[in-house]
Amino acid sequence: MNPPAYNFAYLNEQTKRMIRRAILKAIAIPGYQVPFASREMPMPYGWGTGGVQVTAAVLTPDDTLKVIDQGADDTTNAVSIRKFFIKTAAVKTTERTEEASIIQTRHRIPEARLTENQILVFQVPIPEPLRFLEPRETETRKMHALEEYGVMHVKLYEDIAHYGQIATTYAYPAKVADRYVFDPSPIPKFDNPKLDNCPALQLFGAGREKRIYAIPPYTRVKSLDFEDHPFEIQTWDQPCALCGSRDSFLDEIVTDDRGGRLFVCSDTDFCARQRGEA
Amino acid sequence: MTPLLAAEGVTKSYGGRIGCSDVSMSLHAGEVLAIVGESGSGKTTLLRCLSGHLPVTAGKVRYTLRDGRHVSLDDLSEAERRLLMRTDWGFVHQDARDGLRMGVSAGANVGERMMAVGDRHYGRIRASAVDWLTRVEIPEDRIDDSPWSYSGGMRQRLQIARNLVTSPRLVFMDEPTGGLDVSVQARLLDLIRGLVRKLDLAAIVVTHDLAVARLLSTRMMVMQQGRVIETGLTDQVLEDPQAPYTQLLVSSVLQV
Repeated sequence: MNPPAYNFAYLNEQTKRMIRRAILKAIAIPGYQVPFASREMPMPYGWGTGGVQVTAAVLTPDDTLKVIDQGADDTTNAVSIRKFFIKTAAVKTTERTEEASIIQTRHRIPEARLTENQILVFQVPIPEPLRFLEPRETETRKMHALEEYGVMHVKLYEDIAHYGQIATTYAYPAKVADRYVFDPSPIPKFDNPKLDNCPALQLFGAGREKRIYAIPPYTRVKSLDFEDHPFEIQTWDQPCALCGSRDSFLDEIVTDDRGGRLFVCSDTDFCARQRGEA
Repeated sequence: MTPLLAAEGVTKSYGGRIGCSDVSMSLHAGEVLAIVGESGSGKTTLLRCLSGHLPVTAGKVRYTLRDGRHVSLDDLSEAERRLLMRTDWGFVHQDARDGLRMGVSAGANVGERMMAVGDRHYGRIRASAVDWLTRVEIPEDRIDDSPWSYSGGMRQRLQIARNLVTSPRLVFMDEPTGGLDVSVQARLLDLIRGLVRKLDLAAIVVTHDLAVARLLSTRMMVMQQGRVIETGLTDQVLEDPQAPYTQLLVSSVLQV
């Protein structure tokens, strides 16, 4: 049996053109959610169908692709998306952050500083930051149009009132270029400062919700906060148990059923590099 | 002196059906106007037209902004209208669930308007919330509770606090005491009367209850089938009703 004849990167050229148009519009209006005709992809919603479509639209045969899931290159989601593009586009792949020209990510931004030659593609489950406070799409669009973002602070107020601090730790809302409030996808708030003034182009794709938005290189991204409760990132009491890093995002790993646990870097490439491997 | 709010020939029709027809009125700062009438007489439609929630079919509603400009509501942009609604105006719904954000705590409900106009200091927002809850007789230790855990009367008082926190100049109330039992109604009316006097608020109160009109308002309008059939000082209208329908309305109040 012959292997199926896919177009380069699975999507047909017309579809890629449609997605590129949406991406260009998104870059022109930083943080604005551009609707696009999201396609059915050969993977379930929630597995990164939005990110995969964005990657497919910007991918060229010369690109080197890196795919991470929760910072790791070897988790199910990352492995299957990497295989998908090897099969449909035959591009080079890598686990090294600085070798990649396109990085598709779920839930993290790599620890290594990104460059102007890179594109970071985020998989987004719910693009609308106002959704949990205002269920009507007509109303949330109007709120964005009129810059009515008071309710975002209502959520932060609730956090402080109940927990004494801003307890939102991921998908932490931020304002792009002093205009649109956006949801940076479920990255930990530890990564929010990396969004700000980033040299790389950052693209966000939500497949099920059919939205694309973007942060152009070197754009101001400010996390929302109160004057007397400023934005803070997570900290840990201990360094990474493997590489000893004190300034990376750590995952807690349970090692046995007697309470043993380990804190290690979530960015596997960064951790290996710190240890002098790879 | 230009009135705070003025309506000229306000008409709202739903297709062939009339909501309210050719209503003209004016309201000055610090004045309380009651709109009374039976169900279906167009009171609520009129209130929604006056407050900019419903587009009028004909006529104009004008409002005097804080800078002294007397503008027609249609001439304001939607952004300006919405800003007006959350700063200079308040709207108290009959059902507190329509006016409150039920998913968040009482404190956040009161603080929302402050955050909506750009206050970004948690301590200050919290202090105002405490202050306003005390003024509407809600114990301070209930500040972090959800409105779901509040009784009907408390929810209504919370709704009032939420509206008054940005010191509006005009409050629209749609049956503020409807659905509450009589003793709670009395306390709420007392509270509203005190606040209106103390803050020098102008208010338009829609009610079918003549007692509410008598207690709160200085002037009243009686509506029937979408038209205003009688207007005047509240005492005058209630003591010496001229229109046959008003006479009927006044005489049908149960005397205990």
